[in-house]
Amino acid sequence: MFGKLTWSAVPFDQPIPLITVCVLLFGILGLLILVTLKGWWPYLWREWITTTDHKRIGIMYVILALVMLLRGFSDAIMMRAQLAVAAGNAAGYLPPEHYNQIFSAHGTIMIFFVGMTFVIGLMNFVVPLQLGVRDVAFPVLNSVSFWLTAAGVLLINVSLGVGEFSRTGWLAYPPLSEIAYSPGVGVDYYLWSLQISGLGTLLSGINLTTTILKLRAPGMGYGRMPVFCWTALASNLLIVAAFPILTATFAMLLLDRYLGFHFFTNDGGGSPMMYVNLIWAWGHPEVYILILPAFGVFSEVIATFSGKPLFGYRSMVLATMGICVLSFMVWLHHFFTMGAGANVNAFFGIATMIIAIPTGVKIFNWLFTMYGGSIRFTAAIYWAIGFMVTFVIGGMTGVLMAIPPADFILHNSLFLVAHFHNVIIGGVLFGAFAGYTYWFPKAFGFKLHEGLGKAIFWCWFLGFYLAFMPLYALGLLGATRRLQHYSDPSWQPLMIAALAGATVILVGIALTVVQLVVSIRNRDRLRDLTGDPWNGRTLEWSISSPPPGWNFSGLPTVSGLDAFWSRKLQRAPGAAAVPLKPVSVPKRSALGVQVAFFATLMGFALVWHIGWMAILGLLGALAAGLHNAWRVDLEDTVPVSVLAAHEGIQASRVAPT
Amino acid sequence: MIDSIDGVLLENTVDATALSERGPAPRRVVVSFGFWLFLLSDIIIFAALFAAYAVLSKHTNGGLDGTQLFDRRHVLIETACLLASSFTCGIMMIAVDRRSALGTYFWAMLTAFLGATFLRLEIAEFCVMVLRGAGPARSAFLSSFFALVGTHGLHVAIGIAWLFTMMAQIATLGFRPMVMTRILCFSLFWHALDIVWIGVFTIVYLGAHL
Repeated sequence: MFGKLTWSAVPFDQPIPLITVCVLLFGILGLLILVTLKGWWPYLWREWITTTDHKRIGIMYVILALVMLLRGFSDAIMMRAQLAVAAGNAAGYLPPEHYNQIFSAHGTIMIFFVGMTFVIGLMNFVVPLQLGVRDVAFPVLNSVSFWLTAAGVLLINVSLGVGEFSRTGWLAYPPLSEIAYSPGVGVDYYLWSLQISGLGTLLSGINLTTTILKLRAPGMGYGRMPVFCWTALASNLLIVAAFPILTATFAMLLLDRYLGFHFFTNDGGGSPMMYVNLIWAWGHPEVYILILPAFGVFSEVIATFSGKPLFGYRSMVLATMGICVLSFMVWLHHFFTMGAGANVNAFFGIATMIIAIPTGVKIFNWLFTMYGGSIRFTAAIYWAIGFMVTFVIGGMTGVLMAIPPADFILHNSLFLVAHFHNVIIGGVLFGAFAGYTYWFPKAFGFKLHEGLGKAIFWCWFLGFYLAFMPLYALGLLGATRRLQHYSDPSWQPLMIAALAGATVILVGIALTVVQLVVSIRNRDRLRDLTGDPWNGRTLEWSISSPPPGWNFSGLPTVSGLDAFWSRKLQRAPGAAAVPLKPVSVPKRSALGVQVAFFATLMGFALVWHIGWMAILGLLGALAAGLHNAWRVDLEDTVPVSVLAAHEGIQASRVAPT
Repeated sequence: MIDSIDGVLLENTVDATALSERGPAPRRVVVSFGFWLFLLSDIIIFAALFAAYAVLSKHTNGGLDGTQLFDRRHVLIETACLLASSFTCGIMMIAVDRRSALGTYFWAMLTAFLGATFLRLEIAEFCVMVLRGAGPARSAFLSSFFALVGTHGLHVAIGIAWLFTMMAQIATLGFRPMVMTRILCFSLFWHALDIVWIGVFTIVYLGAHL
């Protein structure tokens, strides 16, 4: 009836996960009771859960990412605490099999459910506004994408309390992840969670690519697109090209585990190294999927707060697209030690070094944008400047490891761990926070508290250096990654320093919550009525904050780069007075949440080998899709009177008093 | 008139503005473009499976290999069915263009029949192989064979189900733009499966004799 699922799947004997699960359950229960008592369900259902508005979907992505950041960071600080004590004879407080689950969960969550989710959230919110259009190409599909991501998140968190999580690292290399060595459900949770959310990501990539290539305001040719849209285009093209490889690779591993296939097994002629090649053919583009939109955020932030157009727009676009192509030609540098031979390694080593060139071009473009500008030192540009310093260091250690002989020594060491945290925290995360700070007033109509924003930046910035510079040193001393215990006590001081750094970051994360609370309480003082709080350059700042459901009452006509800025120079910041026409907006749709519900059911059933429930999940998702296929009344019309009333109010707010 | 890719250029040839500056594209173009991107991503899934097959095709683990297992005559008939179904699918699109419900049903049924015959032959081939002790768990070569060819077969099965859904949509909703666009997407999907099959036929079945 319930497959492999029994009561023994609940970790009654392990205090740490048990307490975590109880606290989580009470938290969720409390939240549900609060929502029910306050009678917020109809509002939540109508305005958020079934919304097809790209802005709200983007906001939900970002909220999901922030919540998962808490989960991923608690894993991180548990690992750092373990390593600060587990030297010599001390065993620490985490047993190895639990520790292995924690580092696997940390990597999986931080990449897929914090990095990806945050970046996709920002793109969802910003891209249609910058393009001057009313929504993404497929609004209902957008909701499906979001809810599939949420289903993956749910499944990975269920593994905390029912069963176990994977112990095989964030990429689940075989043969360790094969059924012979990982007979438990951990790897299955990992695989199904990522298959479901990966489908959401792929659909999101198709959606945003179509939006950027086919839906732009009149006049916005490719040479006039804001740089963030260019980086979003590159990132989504990479999603469309790379995520199917991940899906196929995971499908092969699932066939190995469920049906006894021999793709990656030791026996039967399987090839474990083929998995490693395939997964990195996705995995290397993946890091650029994450970092390119962050580059876009920095380009917008630096240009806006320097009060200058971005230096070298064309070279920036070329560098972005160059990175997009090159990112598919370097995957082997993740395993130079495979033994492919000197020539192959030399090719991939040189290709890796070449990719540093377009990145270098970008750094100089940002520096020259700031040069001679009148820079306003707001929290957003703090993140951008901190990024430039930190990312250059991470880039240099990356080029260092691109030299195969050096990599043979540094492979699998803490030096590598320090390197990729250096670029992912210093690049992606700083970019995500810069974007969060920069576009928050657009989303909610009031700014975040500046002082606290700067404090958060300093915590992350200093905490990062304190936490990861010791790891570079430890790596050179010979410490390998995924260590649960070490015998050399001379490493301990550096490990304690790293824990101190993680604690400083913890303060930064706590302050993020404080900043949100303080900003909401002081929202009247932080309110921005103009819709243009930063003296911005691109179209999203030309409309009210928060924007109306239809974004633009009349589609703007674009005649050059920095469309809003040029309008301001002509002293005509308002949209050209064209006669308003009724606007069609997509109706809300429950398809996303229905499909995700059944997908979660199916994923859970497949993890535990519950046949009937898996079939039920599949049929349910199909039925929801078919039901949706017969919907014909897909759009609401906003009449001219509503548009005119909105524009009237906004004009009176913007008018100088 | 000047030739066009999908009719859009044609409508706009009088417009002097550069194509990229004309504002949002019409709905039909947006949907079929998005579906093209989906097809590309689907073909990348096949690319990964082809790569796995290329790596593992000699890893027979002491079992039977392709030359012993594949019946080329059988595969030729399979191929003929699938290619013929692409032709009938093309005729169906002409009937759709003329908004002829009867013509559409007829050619759609023929397409579905040819697709189902292809599937029946493929399943027969799989059964024979499994009965000869050459199932997917026998060797890495067979794992990659069954995964690649089976994934294609699964796509054909999904395509047939989709085609029946579209006939139901024509019957209930009529030839409205939304339904027409979906049939267009279906035909793109069906032809893409043919292209993938050409790869399978060449690399798997002919390649076994290299």
